[in-house]
Amino acid sequence: MKTRLTSAGLLRGAASLLLAAAVSSSAFAADKLKIGFVYVGPIGDAGWTYEHDLGRQEMEAALGDKIETSYVESVSEGADSERVIRKLAQSHDLVFTTSFGYMNPTLKVAKAFPKGAFMHATGYKRSKNVGTYSARFYEGRYLTGVIAGHMTKTNTIGYVAAFPIPEVVQGINAFTLGMRSVNPKAEVKVVWINSWYDPAKEREAAEALIAQGADIINQHTDSPAPVQAAEEKGVYAFGYDSDMTAFGPKAHLTGSVVHWGGFYTETAKAVLDGTWKADDTWGGMAADMVKMAPYNAAIPKDVVAQVEGLKTKIIDGSFHPFQGPIKNQQGKVVVPEGTTMKDGEILSFNWYVEGVQGELPK
Amino acid sequence: MDIDLITNILFAMVRTGTPLLLVALGELVCEKSGVLNLGQEGMMLMGAMAGFAIAFTTGNLWFGVAAGIAVGMLMSLLFGFLALNLNANQVASGLALTIFGAGLSAYIGSDFVGKPLTGMEAWVIPVLSDIPLIGKALFAQDPLVYLSFILFGAVFIFIYHSRPGLILKAVGESPDSAVAVGLSVIRVRYLAVMFGGAMAGLGGAYLSLAYTPLWSDNMTAGRGWIALALVVFASWRVGRVLLGAYLFGAASILHLVMQGLGVSVSSNLLATLPYMATIIVLVLLSSNQARIKLFAPMSLGKPFHKTQ
Repeated sequence: MKTRLTSAGLLRGAASLLLAAAVSSSAFAADKLKIGFVYVGPIGDAGWTYEHDLGRQEMEAALGDKIETSYVESVSEGADSERVIRKLAQSHDLVFTTSFGYMNPTLKVAKAFPKGAFMHATGYKRSKNVGTYSARFYEGRYLTGVIAGHMTKTNTIGYVAAFPIPEVVQGINAFTLGMRSVNPKAEVKVVWINSWYDPAKEREAAEALIAQGADIINQHTDSPAPVQAAEEKGVYAFGYDSDMTAFGPKAHLTGSVVHWGGFYTETAKAVLDGTWKADDTWGGMAADMVKMAPYNAAIPKDVVAQVEGLKTKIIDGSFHPFQGPIKNQQGKVVVPEGTTMKDGEILSFNWYVEGVQGELPK
Repeated sequence: MDIDLITNILFAMVRTGTPLLLVALGELVCEKSGVLNLGQEGMMLMGAMAGFAIAFTTGNLWFGVAAGIAVGMLMSLLFGFLALNLNANQVASGLALTIFGAGLSAYIGSDFVGKPLTGMEAWVIPVLSDIPLIGKALFAQDPLVYLSFILFGAVFIFIYHSRPGLILKAVGESPDSAVAVGLSVIRVRYLAVMFGGAMAGLGGAYLSLAYTPLWSDNMTAGRGWIALALVVFASWRVGRVLLGAYLFGAASILHLVMQGLGVSVSSNLLATLPYMATIIVLVLLSSNQARIKLFAPMSLGKPFHKTQ
């Protein structure tokens, strides 16, 4: 009996440690706007959650003592998330839930707290007090494609991809279009690892691609493992979510980086002013929600100039990565010249553009 | 497939199999003594976290390796205390150790998540590494892979060709007889459990220092469990542990390689390859119950009471 108690005590000890690690909120003053964040991963030094937390800090710096923020890290997308969101909603006026899997729990909790404001990242369901937001990552991806088209020698680029869903296919297509716009011979090899964050798998995939002739690795997964692998093997890489230069100073060319700070500040201001509405925001470079990581010195100056020029055009709206003509893998023009894909079409990509090797898993 | 590709697959197979080999060798020795420790995953995570944290703080990868081993041993002592001194249920204590290790490593390691670290570099052995096909896999690896070869040899000799190995097996097969001839069952089991912990810690440190030089929560992604399965898979034979680890390593990279080659099979289906390989071998093995019984240490998982 005694021994049973001991092992149960161990478990409880571990559980309370976890709880202590998870909830790191502070005391609140009475009149401040209280803002809570739910993060899917640990903050760390790079990646998706790291960028959200930078955004939170930027908002704090901008609004000072008008607001008070707290966050909960590493909340898994299952049943835990609803409990955490509910807990935050009890003591916060505005709650940001920053992962796709929080969509239904957020809506459910928001119903129970009609006075609270909720913002859910990358979802598509809204309600009276649940708004959604995401970034047009594909704009940055197109520009990395242009760089890849210039930099590749083997004309094979490896792409470590998470899940075959429209968001990821959208990125592959934008990248490939950018690449083929300057180098019609280059091709993209995609390897799916079926995980958002699995450093070992990401690295294995990157190494497999390099072994098969890829001299540039791109990724749509969250860890810097592919950049590390590229650095070790002496090939180039693009990071994702955040600036991953530190993980491969020679390999890391640049990356499509997301920036939430401005958006968070605007949203908090709107709630403070009472003008907040539960609508959808899908901002790109023009809204300062997508940026480019620093360019590697290895990229020739004229290439950087070309990319910067395209960036300006994307921002002023005179260029769109998904404007026709766009051909599918069979070489058939799907988007004719003079038309641009609609947001709905971009959000539901289920086909590869010309230049991507292999079939899209169904 | 050309020669280069096969060479690269063999190379990656050894790398991917190394953490499994290390952990499974440790668990094999532990189980040979009659103790079933299901805490491998937790000890691996603690080893990976401690190894990374120490290497990152001190800037010395070998301090990290030592820390990983030390922390794995400490964790195994905790298990040893529960299972050997208090005679707690070994399955429950091992599971508790895994849950505890996962939580504690996430908690202590939170400051090190995603920090950059230059990992262990390969020691390429001239001439030998140029041997076609196998040269790269065997002679162009990082030092921890070579260490795993040495440890494999050491465990092999220990189990099959040494007196202490006989004592270990005697304790695992029949603790009562071992006591009768004057052996200390608890001491032998403690040593075996600690060796298992050291190897799990080393396997974890291999992941965070050489394989993917970074730390993140739950980065072992179930490798501790696979190592446990490997021991059964190998029917408690040292040589088969090596084969199994590399087989699993090959299976888990093949689906990535095949995708890159444009083999149009569902990637989800391909991703199940290593697990299917494990199940098939387990099914083949267990089709002959008598054989499993023959090889499993007789007292495996049973607490030992001196008074009996």
